[in-house]
Amino acid sequence: MQAAPATSATVVRVTNVVKDFGTLRVLDGVSLDVARGQTVAIVGRSGSGKSTLLRCIAGLETVQAGKIEVCGHEVGRPGKVARAQLRHDVGMVFQGYNLFPHLTVERNITLALTLVKKQPWDAARKKAAEVLRLVGLTDKVSSYPEQLSGGQQQRVAIARSLALSPQVMLFDEVTSALDPELTQEVLAVMEDLATRGMTMITVTHEMGFARKVANQVVFMHRGKIWESGPTSELFARPQTAEFKQFISSEL
Amino acid sequence: MIQLNANHVWYLIAAAQWTVLLSLIAFAGGALVGLPLALMRVSPSPALRTVAGAYIQLIQGTPLLILLFLTYFGLGILGYKLVPLVAAGLALTLYAAAFLGEIWRGCIEAVPRTQWEASDCLGLDRFQQYVYVVLPQAVRMAIPPTVGFMVQIVKNTSLASVVGFVELARAGQIVNNSTFEPFIIFCTVAAIYFAMCYPLSLASRFLERRANAGRASH
Amino acid sequence: MYKFDFSFLLERWPDFLNGAWLTIQLTVLSISLGFVVGTLCAVARVYGGRPLRLLVGGYVELIRNTPLLVQIFIVYFGLSSLGLKLSAEVSAVIALVVNMGAYTTEIMRAGIQSIHHTQLEAADCLGLTRVQTILHVVLLPAIERVYPALSSQFVLLMLASSITSQISAEELTAVANNVQSDTYRSFEVYIVVAVIYLALSLLYRLAFKAVGLVIFARRRRLGTAL
Repeated sequence: MQAAPATSATVVRVTNVVKDFGTLRVLDGVSLDVARGQTVAIVGRSGSGKSTLLRCIAGLETVQAGKIEVCGHEVGRPGKVARAQLRHDVGMVFQGYNLFPHLTVERNITLALTLVKKQPWDAARKKAAEVLRLVGLTDKVSSYPEQLSGGQQQRVAIARSLALSPQVMLFDEVTSALDPELTQEVLAVMEDLATRGMTMITVTHEMGFARKVANQVVFMHRGKIWESGPTSELFARPQTAEFKQFISSEL
Repeated sequence: MIQLNANHVWYLIAAAQWTVLLSLIAFAGGALVGLPLALMRVSPSPALRTVAGAYIQLIQGTPLLILLFLTYFGLGILGYKLVPLVAAGLALTLYAAAFLGEIWRGCIEAVPRTQWEASDCLGLDRFQQYVYVVLPQAVRMAIPPTVGFMVQIVKNTSLASVVGFVELARAGQIVNNSTFEPFIIFCTVAAIYFAMCYPLSLASRFLERRANAGRASH
Repeated sequence: MYKFDFSFLLERWPDFLNGAWLTIQLTVLSISLGFVVGTLCAVARVYGGRPLRLLVGGYVELIRNTPLLVQIFIVYFGLSSLGLKLSAEVSAVIALVVNMGAYTTEIMRAGIQSIHHTQLEAADCLGLTRVQTILHVVLLPAIERVYPALSSQFVLLMLASSITSQISAEELTAVANNVQSDTYRSFEVYIVVAVIYLALSLLYRLAFKAVGLVIFARRRRLGTAL
């Protein structure tokens, strides 16, 4: 089932971004627009720059040239970001879940709500219960991360970001570290989110998921966007040799 | 009251020689007693392990100052003349032996089990295993923390002043008693200790880093 | 054969108790303050700018490469000659805190640096400020990681407090010195005091274990290491 159709508001606008790590050019003039409610899947081989692009959009890396705008804020130049405001709008989920091991699931979720959004305890705990229900883990509210499986931890990580009511969610290869049988539960949550109209950018190796849920697919190769477009068209009519090779190798 | 002058500083530096002497005695004695202690701690005999363990726990749970007093007055009981250097040397030896024993035990235990097994399969007896295979590797690992512990020994010689041995700290007190400039004097004393200890600290860290780099490249 | 005579205990045991009590008071105060100082310095060392890092580094090296006895003399006699007259107990606490702070800095630094940077990234993405991240995400796990080393250091400080007897702080070793000069049973007196220190060491270790169980809720519930 396709995600809800895009509206006119552009949530993320990337313009000619260039990013170097020392002498290595990782992003070589990348441009991308993501409209509200869209789900964009970024695919490509390791080293193509897809994770770096996501991290730049999240404000975790700075860029050497070009412009990134997220919900109207400029991102990626040192000092130019109103970090707290950006964090309210962007939620990021990592490959390694990055839950706080010394806190319970509930506290992991309520931490930012109480500290950053300055919500009172009851409101925070209610919100935590709400997002845990969304990802199907209501009964794990008092558990510690180490008591959960990888898939459950990742779902908690998603819930943690969701609790802040972001305008766009970024997913960085969130199922790559999971055993195959745990991957499905996480993808199901992501699909559900897309159906509810969340704007999502996901770097993924899961082609099935990309085909099924994404509106737009972006194929990256060697730091550039090699091909991009609506999902069905892109997979049906691959234009470049590299993308054709990529599709056949992923099958 | 005498004015503080350069002679006083030379007196302090001369006293530092006694600090060095006492440190060397403590280290030599501590090593001599510490190595058997370490070997006892890893021996298959529970009796030996317990005895060595008890000794180490006892020493590590008592302030060095108390240990000093015990050896000083203890020697008196045994009928020996109360010589500060001997008492201090003995106390620091007992102290150093306990800590070096622990450090070296850790290093022996850190030699992988597989080294024991391989040498055993080659037919070496326990003594040969120790001398030719295990101890050489343990020694290499032991050098950084042992050098680091030297710093502790040097600093702890300052307590020998309490039983009257004239090393650097005592010399500082003596100079102070005639010039009454405690701040300058004791800062100078501290500076001399620093000059002795800091190179050892640096050396220990340098050796540690080199040992880790060697291991990483294997 | 030397005749051991512990009869002085019958009269003087309150003195030993008072001395032990002062030792406990001195060291608990110094440990707490020293821990705070050390943690602040460790945070400065890891997250601070270059001048701050160098300053803390200098402080740590200075204290760790000079004897506690000399540090105590500088605080008690040295400051007094500069016009700042402090009591023996206050000087003792200051010297012990400064000393404890330096050793704690190194231990806490290792703990803080053991927190993986991905934890910091996650906190950053959730919008936590630097200070909030340090307080809520870094410090408690860091302390839990280095808790054994911290406990050992605390016990060492308690034993080192015996050195403050040299500036006449009326703690346990000073009591021993007084009693032995009164009774001339020097060896027995110091044996008694050695036993008391051993008992205190054990007591402190148990206390730290208990404190650890209280503040590390996750460890208490799950029993696992971080």
